[in-house]
Amino acid sequence: MESTVQTPTVSSDETMGRAARYCRFFRRNPILPMIIVVLILISAIFAPWLAPHDPLIGNLRDQDRPPAWQATSPISGKEGITKYLLGTDPLGRDILSRIIWGARFSMIIAGIVIITGAVGGTILGMVAGYFGGIWDEALMRLVDLTLGVPFILVALATVVVFGSSITLVISLLILFSWSGFARQVRAETLRLRTADYVLQSLIAGASSLWIIRKHLVPGVTNTVMVIASLNIGQLILTEATLSFLGVGIPKPNPAWGSMVADGRAYINTSYWIALFPGIAIFLVSFAFNFLGDWIRDRLDPKLRQL
Amino acid sequence: MASVLVFALSRASGDPRNLFLSEYTTAEQWEQWGKDYGLDKPYPIQYLTWLKGAVLMDFGKSVKEQIPATTVVRRKILPTLQLAIGAYAFAIAVGVPLGILSATKRGSNIDLIARSFALIGQASPGFWLGIMLILLFSVQLGWLPAGGREEGKSIILPAITLGWFAAAALLRLTRSAMLEVLDSEYVKLARAKGVPETMIIWKHAFRNAITVPLTFAGLFLTALLTGAVVTETVFAWPGLGRLAVQSVFGTDFPVMSAIVLFATAGYLLMNLFVDILYGILDPRIRHS
Repeated sequence: MESTVQTPTVSSDETMGRAARYCRFFRRNPILPMIIVVLILISAIFAPWLAPHDPLIGNLRDQDRPPAWQATSPISGKEGITKYLLGTDPLGRDILSRIIWGARFSMIIAGIVIITGAVGGTILGMVAGYFGGIWDEALMRLVDLTLGVPFILVALATVVVFGSSITLVISLLILFSWSGFARQVRAETLRLRTADYVLQSLIAGASSLWIIRKHLVPGVTNTVMVIASLNIGQLILTEATLSFLGVGIPKPNPAWGSMVADGRAYINTSYWIALFPGIAIFLVSFAFNFLGDWIRDRLDPKLRQL
Repeated sequence: MASVLVFALSRASGDPRNLFLSEYTTAEQWEQWGKDYGLDKPYPIQYLTWLKGAVLMDFGKSVKEQIPATTVVRRKILPTLQLAIGAYAFAIAVGVPLGILSATKRGSNIDLIARSFALIGQASPGFWLGIMLILLFSVQLGWLPAGGREEGKSIILPAITLGWFAAAALLRLTRSAMLEVLDSEYVKLARAKGVPETMIIWKHAFRNAITVPLTFAGLFLTALLTGAVVTETVFAWPGLGRLAVQSVFGTDFPVMSAIVLFATAGYLLMNLFVDILYGILDPRIRHS
């Protein structure tokens, strides 16, 4: 669903507005998304040193402070100070520090899920595509099942049962992210299996393991990379959605989704509590979507339909 | 398959009796409940009993309200349906025209605006979008209510929130379909014959590009279900999604399982319906 259907670039430059030309420049050279991703990764890795305040312990004397550039908050009567650049929440916790720590949670979860999902999905898809028969049938039914049940409802139902925890969020997201890989890898394997060079090594007496290792794995690597990069943005959004609903990363951990949820209650008076974490989610998912498109165009343009 | 999943979850949550009986109940009462509700039988039998109930639309009583779960769920269908229709209407009303404009005036500033619109819809989380709309139109401007379903105009903000993602996707699909058709041989021929541009756009290009929104309807449904849960929570819209969240926090499993099965069934039915409709509207795919 996150596909960008890009169009063949045939239009001549003089018909384009200036803004559109800038737009095209940035699409071909994803500098901005690259900067965003690097910034996020830096804040994820160096969160303990970068964050100016503790993300969990607030200072009650500083509760409800507006962002630094704003004079006074209508509710607390306090003015923004540079000590709390993006303001504080009703518990006096620094919004900026929580966003920086939130990046760490978001990135760790996205990383674990995408790697596990990619490896698991690739193995299953390859086995199904290479050996066919009952394996294939079983796998495709399983893929249909994961695509057929409404994810968010299943996630909610699971949380009723087990209670929310980070492990549960990760497992749920993995459970629903592998199928995209499995489907595409299976299709790719089916195609590669009948390729001449694979058939020749089969005639030469190569074992299945050898063929998979030497021919199939390198053959699907690009596809897997493309799907992974296209999926990260969506994954981050889904995780944020779960956290927003209160079934994701448990409180009081700083998760972007639950920060927005906290801000919902104070939207009448303190807009900054919901605004800034949301901008963080938007920027990250935008940057990853953009990079995903770019990587796809570079590595494997035939996946455009994805 | 989905039913096995739901049942497994309901039993994994521990003995259902824990939900109803307090620590003061005696061992005899515990056993009596077990007999009454068939909990003394092995799991496969329990599953069949439960499945029979599910087929007959009987999931047991809602823990919270002590009325059948199906009734609780049925009451919430209409609001969700209204919201979904509103969102789809918004998506079509905005996505298709903007997509056409963006394709015919490619590279212009309208194109830029349309694509920014699509970008926001794709990358921003629905819950945040909803809150920002509340901030702008309810808190700052005071034009529209921030939540609830009392007034007619209450639906505007939730429908936009829910429909934005779909509008964005629709816009991109329409745009690329239009561009493809505008680049085709028969459009070139029509242009060479001197057919006016408006005529080309509406008679040739638009007609061929319009199957796109339809294929998209199926995809939209999954996003809709997720979106409804979130949007209804943000706007306190009394529909299925909000009920789902409430039943999670009230550990109301009968209601929860009824919603999951309802939603899955509805999802499958809608997909079937879309497939059939698509076959009728575009005869080419019937042969493939």
